[in-house]
Amino acid sequence: MSEASPAKAYALHLGVIALLFVLSFLLPEYYHGLLARIMVLAVFAMGYNMLFGYVGLLSLGHAMFFAAGLYGAGLAVIQLGWSVPAAFLCGIACGAVVALVIGLLALRTTGVAFMIVTMMFAQVFYLLILYFASWTGGDQGMVVPQPARVLVFGATSLELTNPTVRYMTALVLFSIVLLVTLAIVRSRYGRVLVAIRENEERTKMLGYDTFSNKLAAVVVSGSICAASGAAYALLFGYVGSSFASVQYSILPLLWVLLGGAATTLGPLIGTLFMYYVIDITSGYTSAYLLIVGIALILLVLFFPKGILGSIRQRWLGWLP
Amino acid sequence: MTPLLTTKGLSRNFGGLRAVDNVDFALMPGEIRAVIGPNGAGKTTFVSLVSGRIQPSSGMIVFDGADITSQPAYVRVRQGIAYTFQITSVFANLSAYDNVALPVQRTLSDGRSKGAVRAGVMSALDRTGLADRALMPAGQLSYGHQRLLEVAMGLALEPRLLILDEPTQGLADSEIDNFITLVREIAKNATVLLIEHNMPVVMQLADRITVFNAGKILAEGTPEAIRENAAVQEAYLGTAP
Amino acid sequence: MHFGPHLLLAALEGLVTSAVLALTALGLSLVFGVMRVVNVAHGEFFMLGAVLAWAITTAIGGHPALGFLAALVIAPLIVGAVALVAERLVLRRLNYNPEATIVATIGMLYIIQQLALTFYGPEARPVEPPFSYRILLPWFGYSGYKLSVISASALLLTATWLVLTRTRIGLVMRATQYDSETAQAFGIPVGRVYGGVFALGAMLAAIAAVLIVPISQAHYLMGQDPLLLSFIVVIIGGLGSLRGTVVAAVLIGLSDGIISMFFSPTLAKIIATLLVAMVLVFRPQGLFGTASR
Repeated sequence: MSEASPAKAYALHLGVIALLFVLSFLLPEYYHGLLARIMVLAVFAMGYNMLFGYVGLLSLGHAMFFAAGLYGAGLAVIQLGWSVPAAFLCGIACGAVVALVIGLLALRTTGVAFMIVTMMFAQVFYLLILYFASWTGGDQGMVVPQPARVLVFGATSLELTNPTVRYMTALVLFSIVLLVTLAIVRSRYGRVLVAIRENEERTKMLGYDTFSNKLAAVVVSGSICAASGAAYALLFGYVGSSFASVQYSILPLLWVLLGGAATTLGPLIGTLFMYYVIDITSGYTSAYLLIVGIALILLVLFFPKGILGSIRQRWLGWLP
Repeated sequence: MTPLLTTKGLSRNFGGLRAVDNVDFALMPGEIRAVIGPNGAGKTTFVSLVSGRIQPSSGMIVFDGADITSQPAYVRVRQGIAYTFQITSVFANLSAYDNVALPVQRTLSDGRSKGAVRAGVMSALDRTGLADRALMPAGQLSYGHQRLLEVAMGLALEPRLLILDEPTQGLADSEIDNFITLVREIAKNATVLLIEHNMPVVMQLADRITVFNAGKILAEGTPEAIRENAAVQEAYLGTAP
Repeated sequence: MHFGPHLLLAALEGLVTSAVLALTALGLSLVFGVMRVVNVAHGEFFMLGAVLAWAITTAIGGHPALGFLAALVIAPLIVGAVALVAERLVLRRLNYNPEATIVATIGMLYIIQQLALTFYGPEARPVEPPFSYRILLPWFGYSGYKLSVISASALLLTATWLVLTRTRIGLVMRATQYDSETAQAFGIPVGRVYGGVFALGAMLAAIAAVLIVPISQAHYLMGQDPLLLSFIVVIIGGLGSLRGTVVAAVLIGLSDGIISMFFSPTLAKIIATLLVAMVLVFRPQGLFGTASR
């Protein structure tokens, strides 16, 4: 956050991106799909972190932003026959609009009421998807047809179903969002967001319109989550109502708590780690939500700063 | 000369209590005004009404000729009313630099330039003698330095009216002397409204003094006049001399 | 069947829902009122009560009434004990911080639900009602058991009301709710009160579940709807007001019963959830306004 060591911070982030790039040549085929999925979901977590970590607003309804992107992009392809880039932008736009409306309403509340209200709006969104089943496929969901999942650049075309293309596309999205997040956090706007988290009343008395700043943060956060959802629909070809359920509002919270709230790389680490844990335990139990529950409780009890938050506190104060 | 700030019939009730009761008040540009009075006299409530932190029950507030009664606090800050808190409320987890950068970047017309922000922050920190502690988290500064940081944040807003709520509370004597110099310096460019319990500080600094008691203005005048005022002595000491 | 009897049937079904809902919501309301904890796992305590009722009646066998009575006593006690342990091990250590406790109770929700899935399984299982007397009305016959659920709930609500308003325990609880620090200073063991209230809240949900399980079967996901409905009741009814909770429960229960006869249940849920969210946004004093004292 402070003026110190911008070069170190950028070097670290570019290093992480480079590492993920190199990994695509070293890892066996199976991990390509898994890591691509993790990178897309880490974008979801980064969007969540924007609001929860930096502004201190704990939402329990972010599944609706992810799902807005998912359905915005998926339906654009399936029902309207749009191209992949157009559908992707449509997904982000849907997320931004939903976030704007929800932000205008939910930001009138604070604390516990904000959590409950966002959860209820997300529930309404989920039920609407079920209610309009003829359009959305209801709880069965829909498959985005393979021939439509192609990126066309003039003469060349990239098939998003190809594992390498999918991995690289996910990496590009992840890298852009990571660097954008880093830039926002280090900007003067990021400084205002943190100030609101630390003491909203004081921030007002420095002349800031905190409501507008928070609203902008909700929209940015919602748009990033929607970008993740849109990418998910286009890369993995499935659009389903389960992504709008409460569970998908809890998961980003868990990932961010685990990796470290208000750290730029925490969401990636949390998502990666949680996938790994669930992957290991899935050999023993099908009830993987049990692990989610236990992890949530252990984190709030013993490890509220998360992995990177603790590292920053102990050793690396400059970590953004 | 027209006053910078006036209030007309300003009142605020908390439940059955009239914390501020029908106050008419005027403040001239460039003066240092001290507000004194016993605990619970309504001083902090009064300046909170002026700064917009709380809404009045009735009455109006005029700043620089414009009615600002219904404006939210942040708009008043932008028009030049800065408030430093009685209980220190710096951003404890942010560095001193970031604390001051928040007001600086908003005030600057060219807040996007990192160089301009840096120059503004360092000048405010210099004026308050905190420059060598810029990168320390504000929560780790000594109490006196946190108070000075509050003032630096207020200064960085480049206010036309700076409201200081008990700024010397908890400061050591040597720090108080520096503080008096600082306020004199601020007053060259701004009007100062000062709530203060420390009478020597008030007597040295104030051009005029307003005495509050039970939510009303009891007396107003030069330091000498207030010192001689029997009603004030009664309010403070409980007995007529 | 004509419209009149149809409506009467819907109203009776609605009253049964209301009766169970009032008990469940009262538990949620007590916990939020006294401890300022939003217990997202409340629905899972409800589910646990129902699953335990099935386990107990199956284990005891014999006349259905025997097993049912045993379940009515034992299931709430076990659920209360589980809640007490959770309160001691988790909520207390979080110092009842409102946001941290929500995250923690979400964790509890998943743990209880998934343990039920692991040990009880994904099937829905019935519990036999203690008696199967049917009351014959001129237009249709109606289950005597359902009517007894309504009266049992009314009895329990009255008992809770008496405890809250007429006894020392109630006084201690109200003092803690009003100002826990002052209560502590006056020698009230606030920690024990919190533990007791959390257990009591869970037990009310468990009792409600035991009462309903002969009508609607036990299932590991059955806690979700009661949770949502209880939130709605508590928000509409206003915080800590027993009367408000009961009135809102009757209102919601009746309208739920009647609406779902004429509309799709999904649409009814959408409208109800949206309305309640709007209440929270525009009239926060309904529930959470008093949270920030």
